[in-house]
Amino acid sequence: MSTGTAPARPQGGSGTAAADGVVCAVRDLVKTYPAVRGRRGAPALPETRATDGISLDVRRGEVFGLLGPNGAGKSTLVRQLTGLLRPDSGSVTLLGHDIVRRPELASRLLAYLGQESTALDELTVSLAAETTARLRGLDVRAARAARDAVLEELGLTPIAGHPLKKLSGGQRRLACFAAALVGERPVLVLDEPTTGMDPVARRAVWAAVDRRRAEHGATVVLVTHNVIEAETVLDRVAVIDQGRVIACDTPAALKARVSDEVRLELVWRTAPPLDVPAVAALAGAAAESGRRWVLRLSPDEARAAVGAVTGGPAFAALDDFTLATPSLEDVYLALGGRTAKGLVKS
Amino acid sequence: MSAAASVPLGTPAPRARLLPSLAAVYRAQLSRARVARIPLLFVATFQSVGIMVLMRGVVDGGSEARAVVAGSSVLVVAFVALNLLAQYFGQLRAGGGLDHYATLPVPPASVVLGAAAAYASFTLPGTLVTAVIGCLLFGLPMGGLWILAAVVPLAGAALAGLGAALGLLAPRQELATLAGQLGMSAALLLGVLPPERMPGVIVWARDLLPSTYGVEAFARTFSPHPDWAAVCLDLGVCAAVGVLSLSAATWAYRRAAVR
Repeated sequence: MSTGTAPARPQGGSGTAAADGVVCAVRDLVKTYPAVRGRRGAPALPETRATDGISLDVRRGEVFGLLGPNGAGKSTLVRQLTGLLRPDSGSVTLLGHDIVRRPELASRLLAYLGQESTALDELTVSLAAETTARLRGLDVRAARAARDAVLEELGLTPIAGHPLKKLSGGQRRLACFAAALVGERPVLVLDEPTTGMDPVARRAVWAAVDRRRAEHGATVVLVTHNVIEAETVLDRVAVIDQGRVIACDTPAALKARVSDEVRLELVWRTAPPLDVPAVAALAGAAAESGRRWVLRLSPDEARAAVGAVTGGPAFAALDDFTLATPSLEDVYLALGGRTAKGLVKS
Repeated sequence: MSAAASVPLGTPAPRARLLPSLAAVYRAQLSRARVARIPLLFVATFQSVGIMVLMRGVVDGGSEARAVVAGSSVLVVAFVALNLLAQYFGQLRAGGGLDHYATLPVPPASVVLGAAAAYASFTLPGTLVTAVIGCLLFGLPMGGLWILAAVVPLAGAALAGLGAALGLLAPRQELATLAGQLGMSAALLLGVLPPERMPGVIVWARDLLPSTYGVEAFARTFSPHPDWAAVCLDLGVCAAVGVLSLSAATWAYRRAAVR
């Protein structure tokens, strides 16, 4: 579980964004990957619109999330924000600079944590942080001071001398996060920073993010497919599906859109007892995955359903059940997201 | 860390300057090489020593022996600087590792030159060991080995630039590896075998390979009265090819980093 130490702050709806302190403005961003011809062993791919007219505003000091399943276009979007990929059309304005026209400015305005660590894998944790700091323009002394401070802050000092390759996935990710933090930048773009991390490391990440927000007013753009993390750390979230923003608001406001529903999850021991009429009635509305049923019901219906499955023959076949208020995953499905597979809750 | 807080919103941070970032990349790459490449340096050295032992039965001293020793020594440079660097950049590009550098305000030249310099200087011990063993095997004088201090960096620059350019330009990682291997095979076949016995076309191909000039320069210094003008000319060719190939590699990096 990630910890939500983010202070609650009043947030306007998505409509009022333009006026106050927009750090990053994206307008009508389109990127199409050309079709790939099939080769031996590699199937042909049709032309793909990875970002399909995306517009959004990220305000100063907020943790702004991009939520969506794998392949939704999140990484393509951040690669365009960071100047790594040229869009076919549309604009990206970062702190008043046109990143489409001058992509090289992005590296002087933001720090980026990508999904890959290939460039740092064979370095020690300490050298990875120090080298990155020097390449952000710090002199030797400042780079070493920044390195020591960040490693200490993230609890990496005991493993500072280990090569990244020898670390576990979560520790390696944390070391890469340390490299992203050295040499402060006003904007942090983090692509799934907590993948593979244990709770302690996740807490360290969110504490470090909060500290930079409180002390420097840093702005964070966070890519995630983890709905729990999205709910606890994000100020606002853009829900992305098939290259489009299908909703953009605070997690609470998004959840309020489906607040008239609750989620009921049933796990059967073996096959569901369809001979019980109440269970058979629920079967039509359930999203099945193996022995697990997920139902989105009104509170009254849910109460009745719980009553039905917790008594008699249905209860004998029931392994586990949970009743919960809606999560961002439900929001995603209610908004017409094509599949919630790829969104994780942990 | 607090220095950054006073930077007003919107002002881009300064660029990293060429030489300090080159030094940082060099240091990081050298430490990488120390961790991951020492076994490969042994392989490179043993390979060259093995070739010399084999050739001892074929050549009979004189200019052929000089060519074999010089060719085997420069082969170590070709193995590491051309082959391994092509593989490294191919792998970095395929694995998304270039994103790391591309999102840092660092001049492209310092990434390419830092990596190339680290790989080239990593070959120095292997080249020296090969040359000393070769001199002992073929009874050549060791007084001229100091020329390696010029041959390794210059041939290294030419070959590392070539390796980096191949690695960055190859559309797929496997092709980068293949190009590196082929380049090294060419350096082996065309550099180690004495040119006197080669047919004309092969000699032409040999003249096109930058490592040849490093081999020639080194081989000339074994003679009792080396032709220093020719040595300088050969090294000058290495240096010129080095400048060209490193510029090409820098251009290739720029092209690969932003798509």
